[in-house]
Amino acid sequence: MQYLNDPDLLMKLLSQLAGGMLTSLSIFFSTLLFSLPLGLVVALGRMSRRKWVSVPVSFFILIMRGTPLMLQLFTVYFFLPRLVGPIPRLQSTMIAFSLNYAAYFAEIYRGGIMSIDRGQYEAAQVLGFTRSQTFLQIVLPQTVKRVLLPVSNEVITLVKDTSLATAIAVGELFLVAKNATSASGSVEPLFIAGLFYLAMNTVVTFFFHWLTRRFEYYRG
Amino acid sequence: MLEAKHIAKAFGGERVLRDVSLRVDQGQVVAIIGRSGSGKSTLLRCLNHLETVDAGEIRIDGRPMVTTGPGGTPVYAPKAELRALCLKMGFVFQNYNLFPHMTVMRNLCQAQERVLRRPKAEAAERATALLAQVGLSDKAGQYPCQLSGGQQQRVAIARALALDPEILCFDEPTSALDPQLTQEVLGVIRDLAREKRTMIVVTHEMRFAREVADTVVFMQEGVIRAVGTPDEVMGDHRSEELSVFMGLLGDD
Repeated sequence: MQYLNDPDLLMKLLSQLAGGMLTSLSIFFSTLLFSLPLGLVVALGRMSRRKWVSVPVSFFILIMRGTPLMLQLFTVYFFLPRLVGPIPRLQSTMIAFSLNYAAYFAEIYRGGIMSIDRGQYEAAQVLGFTRSQTFLQIVLPQTVKRVLLPVSNEVITLVKDTSLATAIAVGELFLVAKNATSASGSVEPLFIAGLFYLAMNTVVTFFFHWLTRRFEYYRG
Repeated sequence: MLEAKHIAKAFGGERVLRDVSLRVDQGQVVAIIGRSGSGKSTLLRCLNHLETVDAGEIRIDGRPMVTTGPGGTPVYAPKAELRALCLKMGFVFQNYNLFPHMTVMRNLCQAQERVLRRPKAEAAERATALLAQVGLSDKAGQYPCQLSGGQQQRVAIARALALDPEILCFDEPTSALDPQLTQEVLGVIRDLAREKRTMIVVTHEMRFAREVADTVVFMQEGVIRAVGTPDEVMGDHRSEELSVFMGLLGDD
């Protein structure tokens, strides 16, 4: 109980952890910023009737979902710079996470899009909507509501996955806690970091509750 | 106004339509009756390009929607023309297919604004008038899930009418409704018939077909068995085969 018995030491640890959490949050938000839209592009590619589009995209999804995220992180950090020049650790993490999460979001979106009744497409067709109008005005808005729950699952996972960046020594929450544990020989920093993750995910959970309620104005 | 000739359609080897020809003139109300699986819905869906034909020709106002090409295969009009022709037709589905995420008003205005490029105020005015016509003026701000089946179907009729189609098609519009709600919807269709609107109605409602249609088309196993006035097809002088079928459908 060396931290909990010493307020000064505890405050110092908390401020270190808070700094780490900011880095974790930057990974979290930038991953969402890129992967949420990229997932839609990947989903559309996966559903394309052109084989030369859908086959490579399916392969991309297979790789992204079928191999460890940590391995993907190493690949981006160690091998991508050979092709495009140096990439800082934090940016490597954001790239690897965005690609990985885009693959998961793509499959969620695809499921949502395919769950829209064929009658909606037929109604749009007889009313003269073009294919892109049908997708943007009729299918996509209804898909958002249906994917909310699985997307919230992924977002909660992402909060915890940011800790994988520890593997390439990005100074995020988990690394800060681990270093504090190594230095002090106490596991308290790791458990306190756990509370930080729990706090972030509580916020995420409430956010999605709120969002779900906002979509309750219609059934379907 | 609408002419379909020698339409054939098969689903996975099963011939659903075999050499069906149909003509609909301005102001005519055509009822297509027949048992489930007789091909009547498929015929209507072919006329609206919801299904593609395997053979045959369809013309709307003399403009070809699909014609027979050199090899005997059907050739459809170019995309833009096809869309223009399909807009001459309105379609009401068995399951309404309203857009659940839009209010009743939005359901009626969306295509007017985005497809016909009508100004918003004009679209809203048209929608309001149509809602009054189907007796749902108070439902403009509601969502489809808040309405009964009969009300939803009446909204769907108003939505189809909003685009001013020349021919309005109904695909078993009351099959999903209980008898009371069926009457609401049939009442609206009856009013449209009085306005001399051109309509094609696929229906199981024998009494209704007899009352509203000028022409009754009786289909069986993918072919048209009889065409004529309601009296000719459903009256006392019909053939024995027709009598048997009508009996099965519960005609009175």
